[in-house]
Amino acid sequence: MIEQAPALILLFPFFASIIVALAGIRIQGVCFPITVISMAASVLSGIAILGQVVNNGAIRYRLGGWEPPMGIEFRIDALGALVALAVSVVGLLTAIYSKRQVPAETPDKISQYYTLYLLLMTGLIGMVITGDAFNLFVLIEVSALTSYALIAMGPRRATLAAYKYVIMGTIGASFYLLGVGYLYIKTGSLNMFDIHEQLIARGIFDATAVLVAFILITVGVWIKMAFFPLHAWLPNSYAYAPTTSSAVLGPLVTKVMIYVMIRLTFTVFGADYTFGRLDWSDIVVWMSVAAILVGSISALAQTDLRKMLAYLIIAEVGYMVGGMWLANDMGLIGSIYHIIADAFMTLCVFLFAGIIFTQTGKRDLNALDGLFTKMPLTMVGFLVGAFSLIGIPPTAGFFSKWYLIQGGVASGHWEYVIALLISSLINAVLFFRIIEIAYFGIKPAEGHGGHHHEELSKESPTKASFSMLLPLLVTAAMLIGLGLYNRDIVAIISDFVSQFNFGVISR
Amino acid sequence: MEFFEAISAKFNYWIYVIIMMIGLYAMIAKTNMVKKLIGMSVFQTAIILFYVSIGVKDGATIPILYHDQVHAGHHHDDHAHNGEHYDTPHGTDHEADEYGYPSRHAPDVVIDGDDFANPLVHVLMLTAIVVGVSTLGVGLAITQKLHREFGTIEENEIHDMIKSGK
Repeated sequence: MIEQAPALILLFPFFASIIVALAGIRIQGVCFPITVISMAASVLSGIAILGQVVNNGAIRYRLGGWEPPMGIEFRIDALGALVALAVSVVGLLTAIYSKRQVPAETPDKISQYYTLYLLLMTGLIGMVITGDAFNLFVLIEVSALTSYALIAMGPRRATLAAYKYVIMGTIGASFYLLGVGYLYIKTGSLNMFDIHEQLIARGIFDATAVLVAFILITVGVWIKMAFFPLHAWLPNSYAYAPTTSSAVLGPLVTKVMIYVMIRLTFTVFGADYTFGRLDWSDIVVWMSVAAILVGSISALAQTDLRKMLAYLIIAEVGYMVGGMWLANDMGLIGSIYHIIADAFMTLCVFLFAGIIFTQTGKRDLNALDGLFTKMPLTMVGFLVGAFSLIGIPPTAGFFSKWYLIQGGVASGHWEYVIALLISSLINAVLFFRIIEIAYFGIKPAEGHGGHHHEELSKESPTKASFSMLLPLLVTAAMLIGLGLYNRDIVAIISDFVSQFNFGVISR
Repeated sequence: MEFFEAISAKFNYWIYVIIMMIGLYAMIAKTNMVKKLIGMSVFQTAIILFYVSIGVKDGATIPILYHDQVHAGHHHDDHAHNGEHYDTPHGTDHEADEYGYPSRHAPDVVIDGDDFANPLVHVLMLTAIVVGVSTLGVGLAITQKLHREFGTIEENEIHDMIKSGK
């Protein structure tokens, strides 16, 4: 059983989606339990995989027993195992959170919603563990198609945003497919590891086709991860989607695409090619500086809570792309650690935004007026997520930023370090504004009586239900846990990073 | 003249790039949402054309083995000692390799790869066509929902409606 874990982590949500699609139309009550059970099974498989990888090294799982260069294989190393586990945990937590949200927001489409949700998880987990470049394209499109539909289920602004996402996302995926085509012409292989070996064996790193493939794949993946200036599809999609959709898409889609970028850059093209021959590190780091600053400043201008968080995702994407392109081991460790940390802190604040929207029915920051006394536990969960996004120890966000800054200093990219610090300060301003509104309330601007009257009439924001509160508090606890056990996680990541000899490349 | 030769030598690449740019133009410049989706479909089809064209070989035929090609080797024992296992097409030889999987040798038939078009790209494109069709389907469904909610499929009109707060 345990040696089949690499397939099972993917197959549990996949088969559950079929069961939900068939049985859920008749019996709607069956959807939620099947989703949660299959995601829990997926998390257990993820833990088994991580244990195996840490103890015995990378797993090669051949689907159907066909040999790798011809057949499709799952290859899971330390990086893949860690990200796959994080993805399945986020999927489980959001599935629990969806218990009341989905019947409330899409009452006539419960089974369809869960089918799409499970297929999305299948696609995202598959993207992390696959070792085949064309297989990756199919899985990117599986997760993209389901996320278009999950966003379009929202109100009308969400539908328009989903339409734009379809157009942008298809361009991104098509560029990726085209890049893989050029690699196939040059190497005759689609297996990621085999492509790399063929590139070395044939000595064709100087070929123009390989350069074109690199550019097409990189731009395609950048569109998919909303890297500035290719981010236009993201803010409205995540701000207006149903709350469960944005709680699962916000943390996962962009982070998994960053994983894909790291995988393609290091496994397919190799660090020597990316940082040694091309030497575009300076340009891309400056682009990531622009992404960080634009994302943070745009977030500052928003009054809509979820739109503000969506712009923060764009800034966070800048952190991770910049961290990887710093071309040293500290930057890469920080970037990978930030994938895990950011998945959970984005989840934390999006879960919070969903709870606020459900309990108050308002989208803007004023909805938070005096919520500390009404929902103390919800606010505590939010505080941990906010502290992590600002970067206050002992939360995970502090440690990932610490590694990123160390990487920036070591490679001499001071502009990146400064952008990171400015962004942290802006996050502090953003979140302390929220804390102020929630703790002290909004000052009554329209005279005295108004505030008092409102206090009496507004009894509606009650405590969040258990199914919504539990994921939030678990996520908050995990953020602190990830921070406290940062040494162990960095040890696993270093296992992956140490294969690349950056000292030789960058000089 | 050299210019034309350069184009004609690689005309499949030129054509796919031109078709792709037509699709991209429609996706960017049109305001009608169905026309944009048509552009998207043209864009994807160009990539399918690109893939299929790289599998073509001069004078090659479809990659299907004829019955006598497969079974011709049965009666020639001299094929058996050319270093590989002599085997029936069904692979009854189930020795395990280093990973514990039964190894699957191809039937030991003399096949010249140059005689057949590359089948792999066609298989890949079957998958890509399915992906493209489902993308188009999702896009059209979303357009239909937009039409139900806004009463129009012109993008600029929808933007005006959102701006004026209707």
